[in-house]
Amino acid sequence: MPEAFPVTINGATCLVAQGTTVAAAMLLVEQPSRISVTGEQRAALCGMGICFECSAVVNGTSHRRTCQILCERNMTVETDR
Amino acid sequence: MTRAEVLVIGAGPAGIAAATAASENGSKVVVLDDNAAPGGQIWRSATVEENNSPKRRSKDTKRRALERLRRSGAQVLSSRCVFTVEASGTLQTLHEAASASLVEKFHFEKLILATGARERFLPFPGWTLPGVFGAGGLQALVKGGYPVAGKRVVVAGTGPLLLAVAAHLTEDGAIISSVVEQAALARLAPFAASLWAHPAKLLQGARYRSKLWKTPYRTGCWVVEAVAGRAGQRLKAVRITDGARIWTEPCDLLACGYHLVPNTEIATLLGCAFRDGFVQVDQAQRTSLPNVFCAGELTGIAGLEAAMVQGEIAGLACTGRTDASLQKGAEAERIFSERMEKAFALRTELRSLPQPETIVCRCEDVTFASLRGYTGWTDAKLQTRCGMGPCQGRICGPAVEHLLGWKPVSVRQPLFPVPLQAFLLPE
Amino acid sequence: MKPFDILIVGAGIVGSAVARECALIGWRVGVIEAGIPAGGATAAGMGHVVVMDDSPAQLSLTAFSRSLWRQESGKLPKSAEYESCGTIWVAADEEEMAEVHARQKVYDKAGIEAHALTPAELAIEEPNLRRGLAGGLLVPQDGVLYPPAAAGFYLAEARRLGAEVFLARALSASQGRVSLSNGMNLVAERIVLAVGVECELLPSLPILKRKGHLIITDCYPGFLHHQLVELGYLKSAHKVVEDSVAFNIQPRQTGQLLLGSSRQYSNEKPEAEAEMLRRMIERAKEYMPGLEKLSALRVWTGFRAATTDKLPLIGPAEGLSEDRSLWLAAGFEGLGVTNAPGAARLLLDGMLGRESAIDAKPYLPARLTEPARFTHA
Repeated sequence: MPEAFPVTINGATCLVAQGTTVAAAMLLVEQPSRISVTGEQRAALCGMGICFECSAVVNGTSHRRTCQILCERNMTVETDR
Repeated sequence: MTRAEVLVIGAGPAGIAAATAASENGSKVVVLDDNAAPGGQIWRSATVEENNSPKRRSKDTKRRALERLRRSGAQVLSSRCVFTVEASGTLQTLHEAASASLVEKFHFEKLILATGARERFLPFPGWTLPGVFGAGGLQALVKGGYPVAGKRVVVAGTGPLLLAVAAHLTEDGAIISSVVEQAALARLAPFAASLWAHPAKLLQGARYRSKLWKTPYRTGCWVVEAVAGRAGQRLKAVRITDGARIWTEPCDLLACGYHLVPNTEIATLLGCAFRDGFVQVDQAQRTSLPNVFCAGELTGIAGLEAAMVQGEIAGLACTGRTDASLQKGAEAERIFSERMEKAFALRTELRSLPQPETIVCRCEDVTFASLRGYTGWTDAKLQTRCGMGPCQGRICGPAVEHLLGWKPVSVRQPLFPVPLQAFLLPE
Repeated sequence: MKPFDILIVGAGIVGSAVARECALIGWRVGVIEAGIPAGGATAAGMGHVVVMDDSPAQLSLTAFSRSLWRQESGKLPKSAEYESCGTIWVAADEEEMAEVHARQKVYDKAGIEAHALTPAELAIEEPNLRRGLAGGLLVPQDGVLYPPAAAGFYLAEARRLGAEVFLARALSASQGRVSLSNGMNLVAERIVLAVGVECELLPSLPILKRKGHLIITDCYPGFLHHQLVELGYLKSAHKVVEDSVAFNIQPRQTGQLLLGSSRQYSNEKPEAEAEMLRRMIERAKEYMPGLEKLSALRVWTGFRAATTDKLPLIGPAEGLSEDRSLWLAAGFEGLGVTNAPGAARLLLDGMLGRESAIDAKPYLPARLTEPARFTHA
């Protein structure tokens, strides 16, 4: 059984398996990662760090490419809402 | 500052082969890769523990290659994103960890570009909905821990990648309702026939087909719309056409990508010569710049074997060695690559996929209609801001090239967005 | 081809403004552009609409031109992103604060609304400025816009009124004839050079290139509310030979920040220079420490067209050329966007013999060859 630990996404805590990327975690809890210039909800598209649709605030820093970042215990993630 | 004799950018199959060959032959080699672990796209490691079903084959080729790389002594630095390069022999990377980012500087005598390819996205109504992913994109996210078990998935677009993705997703418990391939059967049949000349690829193909024997593989079909469900915010179905009729398939996820385009930004920035959109190389994989080599998808979309052979040639060339049998192998792969390009060439109907209000540039929400009437990429970019977002035109550029025939023109540093403090590193 | 009333070489913000102004009075207008319309300095610059008082003539022109922008702002398309966000001239110390008060008096007299801000008021207006600054001068009616779209609008308006645009290089322009690289020869009563830094058509043009660097960040809504300029900007703008940087930052409607500025002489390289970027960001950090964490999307450079006395050349090319058909709208340095509508109006006034809203003498090209005739304090 892989280790699981809590991360907080938009204030709600969820358990993720060790090795889960932040983008995957957001998809898991169905939280779109950003709102586009004209107000559309967006989520990860390319999965390889190119499209920036998975951008979210990770541990207080904006515009992180979450598909390239692994979840860490007690990490906080915030998305545009 | 780290000094390397040979600096390899990209730790996919080509970069791994190049670094191994150069290091085994005595060069001090550093490999820079932007993912968390080596393997690139085709050998992307799952960062979560993969399900241990006996059907999941251990990828021997990959395991052997990584093991040999490790033994060769080449230094592999992961999560490094190259954002500036000078032909004179320096570059800088951004190392993104969860809590901070760090700028590192490298000096190289020889550079091997093995930056691989990315998916080509073609805009269609609804493609920006959550639930719509690239084909390789969804696979990558699944390897990063996104569970798809029990989810209904349509895999669409073009290219051998579709079968690989569908097979992989099946192993992860997804229900692939269909694979929708825009190439007509008439175009694919000669390509499939030619696989007899490439037994390894044939076996790959057979493996995929064996996993997907129940899955409809619809050729000559393409997705015309991703349909939203509740509140218009998530995907619930796709509309598919064969050119004559249109039908709707309900689904949870759409994995849609139109083959691959090479990640040529560094090569363009350095001023390497190109041919037909790919980096031009000689038999030793040397570019038009004497100290810059190139291997893998950058020289032509040709798949795994080509990448490995070219990488080895490039690595050897950096240490002054050649191998005639390798070069023969590379030539054979080039022929395969040409057949593949022909088979999966994009049909003209895909140019009329977007509606006027379909978004083409996702970073700046620029619609198809607003791109009309300009003389070229630079003109359109200036007036509409298409391509001026964080992806720097990597997503919309190939789409615009396909739709309007405009080739994106220039590449500038930084190659990726970096924090302003990255510019404060003293010389 | 029938003769034109006017041929304008250059479809940047200035050339496009001139084209529209002339088309509005029914003239037959031709515009010639060798590259992408608005693709030169217009594309590179910061798009500020700002009153500058480094000289009375500059104050007069920028105030006049700014009022024209304000009048027209309702007509501009959304893509021009016109925003009347105001400027704050930031004072770092008491010496600069004294200058704030001096300037406020000058602005008051000129009818430009301006408010001196105490450190507390400055902190309320811009929370991300560091503590410990001496205050600032808020000029609320200054604005920002996206220059290529504004220039594109002017050009489109001119076309709507019958202007023709020729996408070709002007190989020669004299005696009312312009020959183009596409083989065409155009004839006009008047030729205007609005060519930025490309002066091959009139080598005697006393234009100096001043290279600038710019950076645009990702979106940080609410980080910045006004354009900010350090009062040291003027000191930098006056440096004649040294490379210099000055803090200048502007918000975009998306929340992206546009950061400048740098000035270099005798540097024709279009590439961005690491050392200048480093100095520019270090300078910016001294005012907004939080900037260094922000994500930079793109970096680019541009060349401003500068004159020796910091004022543009608007009027007949007399003194620089014997050619009576030749007119100039050139040398706008960092104020091309600000001064474009005003310059277009003054130029046309001069051609029509019409009285101008402001005294046009200080900008006449002839001043540079007959300095005794013109005095501006």
